[in-house]
Amino acid sequence: MVKKILEASHAVAEAVKLCRPQVLGMYPITPSTHIPERLSEFVNNGEMDAKLIRVEAEFSAISSIVGASAAGSRVFTATSSQGLALMNEVLYAASGMRLPIVMVVANRALSAPINIWNDWQDAISERENGWIQFFVESSQEAVDTIIQAYKIAEDERVYNPVIVNIDGFYLTHVYEPVDIPDQEQVDNFLPPLNYKYKLDPTNPKTHGPFAYPVPYAKLKKRNFEDFHSFTPIIKEVHDDFAKEFGRSYGDGVIEEYKNDRPYVILTMGSLSGTVKEFVDSRDDVGLVRLRQYRPFPFEEVRNALEGKEMVLVVEKDVAFGSRSGAVFLDLRNALFDMKDKPRINNGIGGVGGTDITREDLGKAIDELKNKDGEIYWFEMRG
Amino acid sequence: MKEIRWHGRGGQGAVTAAEVLAIAAFKDGKFSQAFPHFGVERRGAPVMAFTRIDDKFIRLREHVYNPDYVVVLDPTLISAVDVTQGLKQDGMIIINTTKSADEIKQEIGKDYTVRVVDATNIALEIIGKPFVNMPMLGAFAKATGVVSINSVQEAIREKFRENKSVAEKNVEATLKTYESLK
Amino acid sequence: MSGETEDMPLGGIIIKPGSTTENKTGGWRTFKPIVEPAKCVKCGICEKFCPEGIIDIDPEKGAVMNYDYCKGCGICAHECPTKAITMILEKK
Repeated sequence: MVKKILEASHAVAEAVKLCRPQVLGMYPITPSTHIPERLSEFVNNGEMDAKLIRVEAEFSAISSIVGASAAGSRVFTATSSQGLALMNEVLYAASGMRLPIVMVVANRALSAPINIWNDWQDAISERENGWIQFFVESSQEAVDTIIQAYKIAEDERVYNPVIVNIDGFYLTHVYEPVDIPDQEQVDNFLPPLNYKYKLDPTNPKTHGPFAYPVPYAKLKKRNFEDFHSFTPIIKEVHDDFAKEFGRSYGDGVIEEYKNDRPYVILTMGSLSGTVKEFVDSRDDVGLVRLRQYRPFPFEEVRNALEGKEMVLVVEKDVAFGSRSGAVFLDLRNALFDMKDKPRINNGIGGVGGTDITREDLGKAIDELKNKDGEIYWFEMRG
Repeated sequence: MKEIRWHGRGGQGAVTAAEVLAIAAFKDGKFSQAFPHFGVERRGAPVMAFTRIDDKFIRLREHVYNPDYVVVLDPTLISAVDVTQGLKQDGMIIINTTKSADEIKQEIGKDYTVRVVDATNIALEIIGKPFVNMPMLGAFAKATGVVSINSVQEAIREKFRENKSVAEKNVEATLKTYESLK
Repeated sequence: MSGETEDMPLGGIIIKPGSTTENKTGGWRTFKPIVEPAKCVKCGICEKFCPEGIIDIDPEKGAVMNYDYCKGCGICAHECPTKAITMILEKK
């Protein structure tokens, strides 16, 4: 293990390299750009034995790796914002075909107006597309989660695409210390992909066939039911990783920090670091961080919030037409039939790259302590 | 935790300076974090970058609002932006200028500790081009003691490992600013 | 996929090749191509034009139709240079 200080995007590229993907279909877009840039260098230098497909847009980036994945290759792509939106149609194909694809999304606001800065609207808008989604707090967690993501996606009990979300700029452009694991250690943890259903002329199969209404409905029902069976497998992979590499993130699904207090902030991603510092400055607030956003960890969240006075969901997105942010919708759903459930409020902030500070978190908690069902907009600073 | 804000103009390398300082602090056995002010950078426009240095892993990810130190790469920035914004009461300004510390204090109109060095001339003399971002790291090391000059030089060698002669010139210039700081 | 099976395969992936042949499309036909062997010169033009690929040229018999999958489009009859193929109304 080598402890280095490097940009998170470059740490991501190092992690991807360690996973030995065979096909990269990538189109650079801010703030994800440094990831394909560094991977291109690796391929060019001969440090990585991968086919890099230079595509003309994100639609082709994801299409190319859907094909390569169906043919049995380990694949990778990275994108942000409009790039993810442009992939939309193919993202449903990838999950419908249950392909073991791993993609990093460097989260960024969606147009219009054009904005290159961080929020979660891109990933949140893909919440119904059937991909597993993680949100990570640090450069280190990004590295570790990418390695785990391949293991999860390629598990025969799963065979499902995975998105690893890393906050644009707040993580992608930050230099910080990170342990880059040894190649040998990663090779042991992540053996070469042996995809059971790969397209093979000697043993022909059909991927993505036409389906009449009844088989289509049956397939969707199967995917829907399978999707929530992934959580225990995700925990298992996380625990195996922890044993091998000595690093863990809560139970792999949620992370609790000083969660023995009456008030809780529930959030995701890099903001959790700032929340932890805020929590340390108080004696009444704890943190529950969602590491796994899709499938939403209903049981884990319910258990973590039992007996709380008030939960403040802090999120960098809105769910248009639902009168709240998207994470809040899931939380309300999770707590619906819980006895003596806590009061819940929704703090929306960090939209379009606005900054959420410890001071802002304090103001929000103090104002919402005794409230219920409020939608609160954070002060917009940036 | 020490927080440092770098002021420069687009193309002057404020972001690289913030990163190399983070690398140097890491070499000293500390934890560090560096990030640019997330903007749409244009050549010549005022830009900012930040470094945080601490004894433990830095979880905080909000912007730097109250820096301990401000490093100014371009003296003309004083009239363009408020380089003292949010600077702590006992904070320090380290600036590349031909003027004296007292003259800069008067220009700023606030009672902060000011340290000055003519990094442009040193860079022209040693590097042959007015690249002041690495040399200013030498001035920072001397003025603050937050990072060792050895680690700064090692960090420069690491950052510019693909061009050894550029690295060595910068290392030399760093030592000169370290010694010339007033 | 036509949905006869109860358990849906993962991702709708069809692992048994050639399963589409189970769906006999010959029943869609209104007109049926009949080959007159005496006129057939085994040139293979019908075989190449057939959009369903159901014609084989037998060295002895000439054009042979697989009526399980012939949809009766009549392209073979139209293209045949010796008018060896006639479309007749299917008796159902």
